[in-house]
Amino acid sequence: MTRSRLLWPLLALVALLLLNLVFTPSFFALRIQDGHLFGSLVDILRNGAPTLLIALGMTLVIATRGIDLSVGAVAAIAGAVTCTHIATTGDAIGGMALALGLCAVLGLWNGFLVSVIGIQPIIATLVLMTAGRGMAMLVTEGQIVTVNNDVFAKVGAGFLVLPIAILISLAVLAGVALLTRRTALGMLIEAVGVNPEASRLAGVRSRTIIWTVYVFSALCAGVAGLMIASNVNAADANNAGLWIEMDAILAVVIGGTSLAGGRYSLTGTLIGALVIQTLTTTVYTIGVPPETTLVFKAAVVIVVCLLQAPRLTRTFRVPVPQKAGA
Amino acid sequence: MRKTITTALAAVLLAAVTACGGGSGGSAGNSSDDTITMGFAQVGAESGWRTANTKSIQESAKSAGIELKFSDAQQKQENQLKAIRSYIQQKVDVIAFSPVVETGWDTVLLEAQRAKIPVILTDRAIDSDDTSLYKTFLGSDFIDEGKKAGKWLVENSDGPVNVVELQGTTGAAPAIDRKEGFEAETKSNPDIKIVASQTGDFTRSGGKQVMEAFLKSQPDIDVVYAHNDDMGLGAIEAIKAAGKKPGTDIKIITVDAVKDGMTALANGEINFIVECNPLLGPQLMDLAKKVVAGEEVPERVVTEETTFTQEQAKAALPDRKY
Repeated sequence: MTRSRLLWPLLALVALLLLNLVFTPSFFALRIQDGHLFGSLVDILRNGAPTLLIALGMTLVIATRGIDLSVGAVAAIAGAVTCTHIATTGDAIGGMALALGLCAVLGLWNGFLVSVIGIQPIIATLVLMTAGRGMAMLVTEGQIVTVNNDVFAKVGAGFLVLPIAILISLAVLAGVALLTRRTALGMLIEAVGVNPEASRLAGVRSRTIIWTVYVFSALCAGVAGLMIASNVNAADANNAGLWIEMDAILAVVIGGTSLAGGRYSLTGTLIGALVIQTLTTTVYTIGVPPETTLVFKAAVVIVVCLLQAPRLTRTFRVPVPQKAGA
Repeated sequence: MRKTITTALAAVLLAAVTACGGGSGGSAGNSSDDTITMGFAQVGAESGWRTANTKSIQESAKSAGIELKFSDAQQKQENQLKAIRSYIQQKVDVIAFSPVVETGWDTVLLEAQRAKIPVILTDRAIDSDDTSLYKTFLGSDFIDEGKKAGKWLVENSDGPVNVVELQGTTGAAPAIDRKEGFEAETKSNPDIKIVASQTGDFTRSGGKQVMEAFLKSQPDIDVVYAHNDDMGLGAIEAIKAAGKKPGTDIKIITVDAVKDGMTALANGEINFIVECNPLLGPQLMDLAKKVVAGEEVPERVVTEETTFTQEQAKAALPDRKY
C-alpha cells in the first residue's frame, strides 16, 4: 500500500532529474572543490535541507490531524534572534541555543492552543504565522542583519564532504524514524490522528502527544531557520522562510501522508521535499522564463497529485484485490 | 466586538491563504482637520534598500507633522490592495504607495478618486492608460539605472563577455526597466551576450540559489548583473563556494548602493554599483502637503542619483547613512 503510493512521487523525481540531464548534460557531474563535493545534486540536497526538516515536523503534526502554519515565521524568528545575538556579542553557540529555546516556547504555545484550549490547528497556528513574522521584524528592527561568524556559517553553508545542513536533516529523519517506528510512539500518534477522543478513552495520552508534536515542529522550524540565515550569513526577517509552510505541507502531501491524519510516511516526506527542491533547481538550470515559472511548478505538482489520486491509480493499474476502507 | 474580531480574522485568513482582495477589516475614519493623515502602503521589507526607504518615510513624516498610517504588504499585491481600500475607508487625506507590480491598480485607484483622496506613487510606476488616477510619481528612473549599468560594462570590457542576469521580482517595475535599460545599452556591442536570466526575487537567498544553478549550467560566466545589491551579495556567496573569486574571476554589477553592497564594493567583491536613492521621505512629505493644499505638482519627480566604482565606494562609505 505504502510502496505503491511512493511509486509516483519517486518517478516524478527521477523524471525531473532526467529532464535536467537532457538540458544540461553535466547535471550529474560531481567534483571535489576545497575538500567537499560540488555539483547540482549537492545544491539540491543543501537547499532542500530546510524544507525537509520542516516537512518532517509537519508530517507528525499532520499525522495527528493537525497542521502548523507558523513554521515559516518561527524559522524567521530563529534566524533573527541568532543573528542579532551574534551581531551584538559574537557568540554563535549561545545565539543558536537562545533561538532554539525560544522556538520550543513558541511550539509550547501552539500546542497549548491546540491541545488544551482546543482551537482548530489551522486557526491556532495562524496566530503565530502572522504575529511571528512581526516579532522577527521587531528583533531585527526591520533591517537585514549581516553577520560574519565562521561557526554559524557552517550550519547552512558548511561541509563535511556533504553539506552539513542535509546531514542534520537526515539525522533528524533517522531519529524520528527510529523513535516512532521502532517504538509504539508512531502508532499512538496515528491513533490520535484517527480519533483523539477514542484514543484518550483507550488510555493514550492524546493531549501530551499533540503538545509534543507541535513543540517538535517548532524546533525543526527553528533549526531550518538557522540553516536559512546561515546560508547567506544574514537574517532577513521578512523573507526567511516565507511560504515555506506551503512547501512543507506540499512535500508531506506529495509523500502520500493524508491531511485527514492517522497515517504518515517519513520516506514519502523525504521524497516530497526532494521533488520540490529539484523542481526549483530545474527551473533555474533549464532556464524556464521567470514569467512561466509558477505555471511550470503548478503543472508538475498537479500531475504528481493526480497520479496519486486513488481513483486514477485504480484506473491505470492492474486491479489488485484490496479491501475497501471503512 | 466579536463580529469585528471575526471579520479581521477572516481578512487575515484571506490574505494568507487565497489571492483575492476585498477585505473589510478597517474601522471608520477618525481624521482630525488640522493635521494631514497619510496612508502609506509599502511593498515589504524585502531588501536593505526597502528598509532604508521605510525609515526615511517614517522619520520625515514625524518631522513634517504628518500622521502616517503605514502598512507592509509583504510583496503581495492583494495585501496592498487591501491596505489601500482600508485607507479609503478610514478617509485619510492622501494615499501614497510603492506598487508591488505594475498592473492591476485601475479599480482601486478609481475608488480612491471617487472618495476624493489624492494618490502619490513612490519609487515604482504603474502601467495604466489613465494618468489622472494619481497626482504624481516620485521615484528613480529605473531604465536609466539599467542603462548606466550597461554603459559601464560596454566601457570596461573587451572581447566576448558572457553575462548572467539576476532579475528582481517578476512583473515589478524595477525588474522590467533595469532589464530593458541594460539590454538597450549593451545591444550596441555584439560581444556582450546575456546567456541566462532568472528571477532571484530581490533577496539574498534567491540570488544565491539562482547563481548556484547558473554556475553549473553555464560553462562560461564573465559578468553578473544583479537588479539589486542583495541578490549580488547572494551571488558572491555562490561564486565563493564554487572556488572562484567574485570581482576578479567573475565581475559583478548591481543596483541600489545599500551599506552591505557598498562594503562589498569597497572590498573589491563587487565591481560597479548604480545608486538608487531610497531617501525619498522629505520629498514625499513636501509633495503630500502640496497635493492636499490643492497646489499643482509636476507629474513626474525624479530623485537624484549617481554611480559608484570601487575607489568611489571606499571614499563614500564612511558617510553613508544606510
